[in-house]
Amino acid sequence: MTQTEVSHSPNKKSPGKKTTSSVNYIRSFAIGLIIPALLLIIWEVASRAGIFPQYLLPAPSAVLSTLVALASSGELWTHVSSTLSRVLIGFFLGTVIAVVLGSFIGFFKPLERLFDPLLQALRSIPSLAWVPLFILWMGIAETSKVTLIAVGVFFPVYLNIVSGIQGVDRKLIEVGKVYNMSTASIITRIVLPASLPSFLVGLRSGLGLGWMFVVAAELMGASEGLGFLLTLGQNTSRPDTILASIILFAILGKATDAILKQLENRSLRWQDRYET
Amino acid sequence: MLAVQEVSRTFDNGYKAFKPVSFNTDQSEIVGILGTSGCGKSTLLRAIAGLDLGFDGEISFHEQSVRNGTEHTGVVFQEPRLMPWLSVIDNVVFGLKGSKSEKREKGTRLLRAVGLAGTEKLYPRELSGGMAQRAAIARALVTNPQLLLLDEPFSALDAFTKMQLQELLIDLWETNHTSMLIVTHDIDEALFLCDRVLIFRDQPGVLFKDLTINLQRPRERGSLAMAEFKREILQSLDLNHDVHVRSAI
Repeated sequence: MTQTEVSHSPNKKSPGKKTTSSVNYIRSFAIGLIIPALLLIIWEVASRAGIFPQYLLPAPSAVLSTLVALASSGELWTHVSSTLSRVLIGFFLGTVIAVVLGSFIGFFKPLERLFDPLLQALRSIPSLAWVPLFILWMGIAETSKVTLIAVGVFFPVYLNIVSGIQGVDRKLIEVGKVYNMSTASIITRIVLPASLPSFLVGLRSGLGLGWMFVVAAELMGASEGLGFLLTLGQNTSRPDTILASIILFAILGKATDAILKQLENRSLRWQDRYET
Repeated sequence: MLAVQEVSRTFDNGYKAFKPVSFNTDQSEIVGILGTSGCGKSTLLRAIAGLDLGFDGEISFHEQSVRNGTEHTGVVFQEPRLMPWLSVIDNVVFGLKGSKSEKREKGTRLLRAVGLAGTEKLYPRELSGGMAQRAAIARALVTNPQLLLLDEPFSALDAFTKMQLQELLIDLWETNHTSMLIVTHDIDEALFLCDRVLIFRDQPGVLFKDLTINLQRPRERGSLAMAEFKREILQSLDLNHDVHVRSAI
């Protein structure tokens, strides 16, 4: 009689594996901190020794105290929350439009022939070139900023959805056909899950562009937001304010990306990836 | 049962896969389609599976044309073609309709039948090639098809796994007597599994011979009777055809 040829089940290993993987995670996180910490120390020492002039490059401790001052006056939260909400709203809008357009264009070849040349042409316009037009159309308030961010987010998400859908293995689709599935259920049960990895890549690069465009939008003119802090620091000759704002951008950018990365890991557990 | 009448397939570029072919198969019969590569045997199977409806002629199963649906057919491809994002059990019940518990119960039963009990929660990437193909067989059988089509199902597996799966297929057949149509280029496989072997050859393919394998089951691999059939098949495949042509030039 026939018997299963392999019997080592990955199930059994998982509890032990989990703890070692979290230890590994902490360890790799600590290793990643070594170089930045060294640089910070050198910077601090050099600043105190007077090698860097204070009015050009203040010490990390000075930047930190500026941050603390901003936080304690409550100003920090206004800036952070207005920037964050612009990015999130723009990201959401750009993604939704990209998903709708991208799905239709990915599924239906004639639509691709109809729309894709136009979208590719629009894509080749550097998105910052839209800024004056958006300000003319929508004024300097929130609408033009959010629109600009949405435009930035749209393209990477759209392109990845279309290529993800078009790259789905014909062989898997045939399995659906063998079971006489309707086009609708082939799309929801095979095409969409199969193109999920590509969609998530698009989301992450879209979010990165979203952060880039929020700076552009806020530099254009804003009364609050991290981009506004940048201009404020420049106009008042306060490099510590500029650096504080840059650091906040870095933290927020990294944190939002980490959320998406987590989402990716969770929904792509099935992928056969090379792990070290 | 399955009736193939004057079926041929010419592709858009004018290439002819095989010349008009006709045959019938009976209830619970295991029929092999054997031939060298390029004789159109996979193309014929895809037509019967309803995956390629561009053929000429008529294919019907229980009097129903394959152009009107193939809900009584299950297919096992050369590759497992499991959905990598679904667990093994979800893959097995992929084509099944009904309540969740019903699906789970049927799926578990099929997994046990193909020797994969306990692998329900694994992802396809965690399976060996042989296990993945077992899962694919379970997925094809879970809907209780009356006709199981297999397109070179074991050709990507090593010799020992291949023999195990051939035996599994016979075991499954002894319990539910599903009719099968197996495309293969492996003469030993055809002789071990089939009641009848349809021998295709040439390009475009022609149905050259319809050979009945009247051997008792369980069949013994490498038996004298099988060797006799093998010789007959090899002769009719005319493998030296090209050599003759070359020496003539």
